[in-house]
Amino acid sequence: MTLGLINANPVVQAKKERLVRTQDQYRDDGVDPLDIYDILFPILSFEWTKYVRDIRDPEHPYTLEQLSVVSEESVTIDDELDRILITFTPTIQHCSMANIIGLCLRAKLKESLPLHYKVDIRVSPGSHADENGVNKQLNDKERVAAAMENPNLRQLVDECIYSDEI
Amino acid sequence: MTLELLEVDKLEGHTDRVWNVAWNPAAGAGVLASCSADKTVRIWEQSSLSRSWTCKAVLEGTHTRSVKSCAWSPSGKLLATASFDGNTCVWQNFATDSECISVLQGHESEVKSVSWNASGSLLATCGRDKAVWIWEIQPDNEFDCAAILTDHKGDVKMVQWHPTMNVLFSCSYDNTIKVWWSEDESDDYNCVQTLGESNNGHSSTVWVVSFNATGDRMVTCSDDRTIKIWSTDIERMQSGEGYVPWTHLCTLSGYHDRTIYSVHWSRDGIIASGAGDDTIQLFVDSDSDSVVEPAYKLLLKKEKAHEMDINSVQWAPDKDSELLASASDDKTVKIWKLASEP
Repeated sequence: MTLGLINANPVVQAKKERLVRTQDQYRDDGVDPLDIYDILFPILSFEWTKYVRDIRDPEHPYTLEQLSVVSEESVTIDDELDRILITFTPTIQHCSMANIIGLCLRAKLKESLPLHYKVDIRVSPGSHADENGVNKQLNDKERVAAAMENPNLRQLVDECIYSDEI
Repeated sequence: MTLELLEVDKLEGHTDRVWNVAWNPAAGAGVLASCSADKTVRIWEQSSLSRSWTCKAVLEGTHTRSVKSCAWSPSGKLLATASFDGNTCVWQNFATDSECISVLQGHESEVKSVSWNASGSLLATCGRDKAVWIWEIQPDNEFDCAAILTDHKGDVKMVQWHPTMNVLFSCSYDNTIKVWWSEDESDDYNCVQTLGESNNGHSSTVWVVSFNATGDRMVTCSDDRTIKIWSTDIERMQSGEGYVPWTHLCTLSGYHDRTIYSVHWSRDGIIASGAGDDTIQLFVDSDSDSVVEPAYKLLLKKEKAHEMDINSVQWAPDKDSELLASASDDKTVKIWKLASEP
């Protein structure tokens, strides 16, 4: 579908051998970009079709991997301060999708990493019409918390982050 | 002689992040309320014998989502709580059974903050619907909506009444601070000033506004990682000359490296700040003798004050105790004492 996918495939296959570590192991050993990609990888195959109403061709299933690119290169880690920056590139310019994708990334990381890690999530520069607006909302802790208390949104995010367990 | 912020107690009990704390103004430094994403409000009391803190009451079952903010009335008899469920509740009777005596409905989405005016006759609330509501308390403890103010262009994070005058301040996701003024003590409030980037204002969401004791200075904090201090000629305003604009005095930057969620000005002039970098920092007027405009300096920095983001810092109301309360994402409230090392 997009050039980005062709590049991503070899990386995806190579990582299938890696074990997912526990929160305690992350606390002791630290976290590297490959760990973050492993945490996020399972949610990348979630199918968004039924949630995206106005994509022109409803027959085509869109996965998170197709809608946005998250690779090891888009993860920056500050080992000393335990801070993580994730940059993702929505390949489809759909306003609300970027926010929902961002929420899913945040929720998945919160489930997997020790609680004291600080995570910032941004769309990669130039990849979205309302880049500043999306970034501001995704990094406003109070807005994210309130959104996650909305049952409909919570259900959507849970379906996405737990999709590998179905 | 060096100053230290000593941890006096850690209050555990909430099962989710604690958003806000408020000291009861009538109880010296003895009673504290905390509110949380666990949908409850806890009332904590300090034993006069053992000096330790215990949870005296849990206000639950009324709010159905996070309780974001709590504020005691000036008399200390009522507690107002603002929630993501869109309601603001007013509670009384904490010695026996806490009772919710009123539910203020009206906001279209999450309510973020609640504030009482100095006399306790007015309540203000604000929320994600970009509105600021002013409520009047009636003799039977009913609340009537006196004004709905909709100038902000984004989520309103906090409202705060001026300590001596019925002038209301609000700060927002739209990066501005707005001042609301009523000419003739009527219900007609208008936005008389907006402090934005063009007035040396903040470049991102403003989270809190707090006043010094005399009300001639205010401090604000922001997602832009700075603290700003503003001033006005309060005597001219109090003398009935009409509104006197606030001007920027000083910006403190480079002290916090994450969003600053809270600032609070103590009665004896110390500004405390709490941020997403897990630190609490204290600032004071540098009391410089020079004619150069007043600057503020760092008094002390407490690293790793909590395990996670600090959402609220509040000085105890009495001047002598030098106690500070902090609330965090780590689900705890801590009580600190400012003391000098021998």
